[in-house]
Amino acid sequence: MKDLAPEPTTAQANPPVQPMESNLLPSDVVRASATPNLPPPTRRLTEVAKLIDVTKCIGCKACQSACIQWNDTHPEIEENVGVYENPHDLTPEMFTLMRFTEYDNPQTGEFEWLIRKDGCMHCEDPGCLTACPAPGAIVKYSNGIVDFISDNCIGCGYCVKGCPFDVPRIHKTAHVSKKCTLCSDRVAVGQGPACAKACPTECISFGPKDEMIAKAEGRIEDLKSRGYDNAGLYDPQGVGGTHVMYVLHHADRPSLYAGLPDDPRISPVVQGWKGPAKTVGLAAAGLAAVGAVLHGFLARPNEVSEHEEQEAEELVDHRGRDSDGRQA
Amino acid sequence: MSSKEHVYSAPGDAIEGKHPVVVNRYRGFTRANHWLTAGCMIVLILSGFAFFHPSLYGLTGLFGGGQTTRWLHPFVGVALVVSFFGLFVQMWKLNLPRREDVEWSRNIGDVLKGHEENLPELGKYNAGQKLVFWGMTLLIVTMAITGVMIWEEYFPNLVSIPARRVAVVIHALAAVGSVLILIVHVYAAIWTRGTIRAMTRGTVTGGWAFRHHRKWLRELAGREDSRKAE
Repeated sequence: MKDLAPEPTTAQANPPVQPMESNLLPSDVVRASATPNLPPPTRRLTEVAKLIDVTKCIGCKACQSACIQWNDTHPEIEENVGVYENPHDLTPEMFTLMRFTEYDNPQTGEFEWLIRKDGCMHCEDPGCLTACPAPGAIVKYSNGIVDFISDNCIGCGYCVKGCPFDVPRIHKTAHVSKKCTLCSDRVAVGQGPACAKACPTECISFGPKDEMIAKAEGRIEDLKSRGYDNAGLYDPQGVGGTHVMYVLHHADRPSLYAGLPDDPRISPVVQGWKGPAKTVGLAAAGLAAVGAVLHGFLARPNEVSEHEEQEAEELVDHRGRDSDGRQA
Repeated sequence: MSSKEHVYSAPGDAIEGKHPVVVNRYRGFTRANHWLTAGCMIVLILSGFAFFHPSLYGLTGLFGGGQTTRWLHPFVGVALVVSFFGLFVQMWKLNLPRREDVEWSRNIGDVLKGHEENLPELGKYNAGQKLVFWGMTLLIVTMAITGVMIWEEYFPNLVSIPARRVAVVIHALAAVGSVLILIVHVYAAIWTRGTIRAMTRGTVTGGWAFRHHRKWLRELAGREDSRKAE
């Protein structure tokens, strides 16, 4: 038997070249959509994260190209409408997208070009997984990767409603939901994500989450020493933290970066729908059915008597008048 | 025929036999329309419940899997709306509230105990039936509107994501409401013996009409008579 691939600790290093078995197993799934009683995993993988240092991004889109190439997607060639985003949005064929924001900083008078690589954040508490009705269509591995299993996906679009970041896209012809996989298929064999591998400025790095946080802290210190007082790490706790994190110059205002949510969390509407509404709804329907059956057994049926049949004949014979001549 | 003669009955209703009395309650078209609606409703409930709770996801097997169920549900929904509209057009007038509905509702205890002698005489529908009618109407309209909003295949970006979240919750709650109404509807038809034949054979016995819908029977008796006189 071939060895299990090592867990990748970086995207930069070259991967092992000898054939190895996948090290991201079905038993490493810690949460699966619409699957309440998942068996507990026998081992815990190291939590990984992709760190995107927005302050280092030069907008070259090598990450997009690498993503397209690795995932063999075919985004449509679109019209140039005078903006740098290409394609215009995340699509079922484009899992990551450079979003460009022009920002006139009123404090410094400087003009800033904020470039954020958008895509799945791989939430610790994924809204997509919470909303998904199809068992096992969305899974979360113990290393933090949230992945869509297309074979189980039914293309209903509930994940779109669940996601606080507007990431999943439903494929028009395959009828399944698509998004960044954090290159789960690469990670499984000891490699870092394709985008991180391709990034020329090391703006995107990949490794164990605590190492990535430490790396971000060093970077933030550096940024602060150079006048970016609000530099910080974007690892939003409203969704339990994410396995894709940003270093932002303006961490106090994430929404500057093409509408990155300031405080993302699973919408209470979705929580209510997937929590109490399900239980209460089923219980109400069940109780009503049981109540009806009980009433059926315990109460006397509402039966028409022979007397009433005769009364009816009389009524009809009297053209709708009672025998005493009364008309209703 | 003046409209005054149609206060409690539909134009198609008629007394078919006098000894014993047999009353035509629903003509063939209405019955077909009703059962088409019922069929759509059952498919919608089974497929919808599959997405409502993980424990019921197995219901998708009835339709050939999750993908098929996903596209089938909204199309059957459209069929239901069309079919129910047919029922609505035929029944809405006689389901308008009337004074006797208040008294009937006040004495709901007597209704449940089957003491109908304590209740007012009623037209073709009692207040409970009217509640089923208007409740279903309201919920079906609600589900149609919210359903289009969350119909991913054809209206993926009709409304914003926050609006879709609300729509999907309202859709689910309305669905639960309609199931409750359906349970009341079906149970009432079973418990009130002699009712189901109105939707199968189309007729009820005179005694049934006398006991439950005496004003309706009176009107038909009067009308029958006037028709013969012509």
